[in-house]
Amino acid sequence: MLYRENGQFKTSYVADQQIFPIRQDRIFVMLLLAFAFVGVPLLASDYLLRALLIPFLILSLAAVGLNVLVGYCGQISLGTGAFMAVGAYAAWNFGVRIPAMPLLLQIVLGGLCATVVGVIFGIPSLRIRGLYLAVATLAAQFFVDWAFLRIPYFTNYSSSGNVSVPQLTAFGLPVQTAMEKYLFVLALVCVFTLLVKNLVRGAIGREWMAIRDMDVAASVIGIRPMYAKLTAFAVSSFIVGVAGALWGFIHLGSWEPLAFDLTRSFQLLFMVIIGGLGSILGCFFGAAFIVLVPVLLSNIPGMLGLPLAVDTASHIEHMVFGALIVTFLIAEPHGLARLWSIAKEKLRLWPFPY
Amino acid sequence: MEMKRLNLKRAGAALALGAALGGVTLPALADEQFVPLLVYRTGSFAPLGIPWADGKLDYLKLVNERDGGINGVKITYEECETAYATDKGVECYERLKSHGPTGASGFDSQSTGITFAVTDKAPLDKVPVETVGYGLSQAADGSVFQWNFPLLGTYWTAADVMIQDIAKKEGGMDKLKGKKIALVYHDSPYGKEPIQLLQKRAAANGFELQLYPVTAPGVEQKSTWLQIRQARPAYVLLWSAGIMTPTAIREAQASGYPRDKMYAIWWAGSEGDVKDLGDVAKGYNAITIHNSGEQGKVAQDLKKYVYDKGQGSDRNNTTLGTIAHTRGMIISMLQVEAIRTAQEKYGKGKSMTPEQVRWGFENLDLTQEKLDKLGFGGIVRPFKTSCANHLGADWARIVQWDGKQFKVASDWYQADPNMVGPLVKAEAAKYAKDKNITPKNCEG
Repeated sequence: MLYRENGQFKTSYVADQQIFPIRQDRIFVMLLLAFAFVGVPLLASDYLLRALLIPFLILSLAAVGLNVLVGYCGQISLGTGAFMAVGAYAAWNFGVRIPAMPLLLQIVLGGLCATVVGVIFGIPSLRIRGLYLAVATLAAQFFVDWAFLRIPYFTNYSSSGNVSVPQLTAFGLPVQTAMEKYLFVLALVCVFTLLVKNLVRGAIGREWMAIRDMDVAASVIGIRPMYAKLTAFAVSSFIVGVAGALWGFIHLGSWEPLAFDLTRSFQLLFMVIIGGLGSILGCFFGAAFIVLVPVLLSNIPGMLGLPLAVDTASHIEHMVFGALIVTFLIAEPHGLARLWSIAKEKLRLWPFPY
Repeated sequence: MEMKRLNLKRAGAALALGAALGGVTLPALADEQFVPLLVYRTGSFAPLGIPWADGKLDYLKLVNERDGGINGVKITYEECETAYATDKGVECYERLKSHGPTGASGFDSQSTGITFAVTDKAPLDKVPVETVGYGLSQAADGSVFQWNFPLLGTYWTAADVMIQDIAKKEGGMDKLKGKKIALVYHDSPYGKEPIQLLQKRAAANGFELQLYPVTAPGVEQKSTWLQIRQARPAYVLLWSAGIMTPTAIREAQASGYPRDKMYAIWWAGSEGDVKDLGDVAKGYNAITIHNSGEQGKVAQDLKKYVYDKGQGSDRNNTTLGTIAHTRGMIISMLQVEAIRTAQEKYGKGKSMTPEQVRWGFENLDLTQEKLDKLGFGGIVRPFKTSCANHLGADWARIVQWDGKQFKVASDWYQADPNMVGPLVKAEAAKYAKDKNITPKNCEG
């Protein structure tokens, strides 16, 4: 009832192939974007922006990058944290060596460095699959951790091995307050998400999906596995690298290799799996689930005025969070994005049962 | 007006996104002072974090119970669990920084990583960050690090004092010439912090410094100690934390390295680190920034006013009286004294803003008489802070494990200002240049 496309006819291919073919979706997304760009900065508190929305957006972007590789191309990666680290450290190094370089260029160049590293570690994927590949990307994680800890050049010979960014500006505007940072991140996330969405809808996205679904058949019909796999690694690492640069520059401000360790890789992989493999929207659901639910859980006892000790609360939080993950995956193995589309299907008929 | 706008924003956010995420605070009561407590009672560093957190909490309870607060201003507090993770720590910091009627009085983050992250945010938010015995060593320079207070000692203090104690054992600084001294460290900013000073010392005193990084968390040290066995350094300095400490001691035993030639940083010198090892760790030296052999009047007060009323934080009877618990109390004591000092300038019996508390931290003057009155007379040495000096005085001493408890094994030392001073200046200047900070003029 609320969600029917009766009377919405398409008379051209362009109209038929748009991202949101249904008017209600278009309106909803427009409203959501308007709210995100205008409403949130007006309403949200500092805490909400800094501690929740900024990390949520940046990790969503990282999850989008990872989803290209895992969800669309079927190449399991456990090295996402490493590619984030490459993006962050490379961007930082460009900033230190060439102080006049604009922030956005630093971030994009950081992404490009991550692309190179991603492609190099993607080469084994031409020979091996599945779990074996996961182990190869795990090697990337350990190697990168080691490199940033032990090679002083990468941290500009910082005595403690910790790097930190100066006050940021972009396009002559400061990026310092919570609102400025939020808007900067939001703009970048929107741009790159749109970019990836269009890639996966196009020819190259179809190649990735063909490789994912059956690579032998794909190569029989003329899809080049090497090209498809390496472009997936390249695009994925680029987006993840940009997210890493944002994480370091905007969210943390100063960081050590620990910020991008194996836990980060797992965290992102869980986001993609819970959100929904092969779904852009799912990345945002997954990131919201992984970033916001623990914070919500840790705030609940305080809100209800329950005198819970922090350690007890923290243990309960872990248990509840684990249980939620299991429940969701049992209820819907295809992730939250699938639940969303089922809900939309139901809304088309609502309130009638047929 | 500003306050009102903020609240409107808050209320709006709460309505829009569910009160859960808006960080809505309870209506402020007059004359309260909020102290945020970042702690890690879970995770791999919990054995150190729990007594530390208990100590911080206990002292605040004591001040409320015994003195009715600070000049009548009740202390309110809230713990936030970081599990030693930087991103959780940042979330806690953002959540708690504007709690209470005037905001957070100061953050003791308990972690080098979180300290780095909040050091960038503190000047913008105008909140003091106190890092008692950890953090950035160059933050002792108050003209650059206006919001950081590495009170009582930094890792450079510790490294310098260890070398002094070694020289004393050997019979003078000149006896260090040609000796080998190894640093076994946690491969992270925390573990790397003392390297610079030790290199400087090595050049000045003519000993050879050998570096052995250990990958976190530090359960795998076989190869490290094999190398140590081959290289035979005269002394081993240990910059470890959590599980890395007992592992190092066991490996030292396995490779036949004498434990009395080991010197550990204060985070590796708590009872929890060596209790289970007993005699294996006998002779093991650790440095401490306070007189750990001393319990002082504060411990009696704590028993009388808090524990006897069943209000104590240490529910399992395991942390009270340990080195880490006492250090937690010291940290809260410094926080409280900073608030008290601020009140003396800005109005007794009023809630202080974080900015006023910062002034209090910068103008601490803890005389022996004051410390005696507080019950810390035998625990902490008198010290003063100033605009340029955010460290106060860095007294430290060595304690030795005798198989059952830590015994004081040396007199008080102070880090050599000719060694540490120039390094602080140079590194702080570098930081100021990197961050475009104009150092404050402290002469005026």
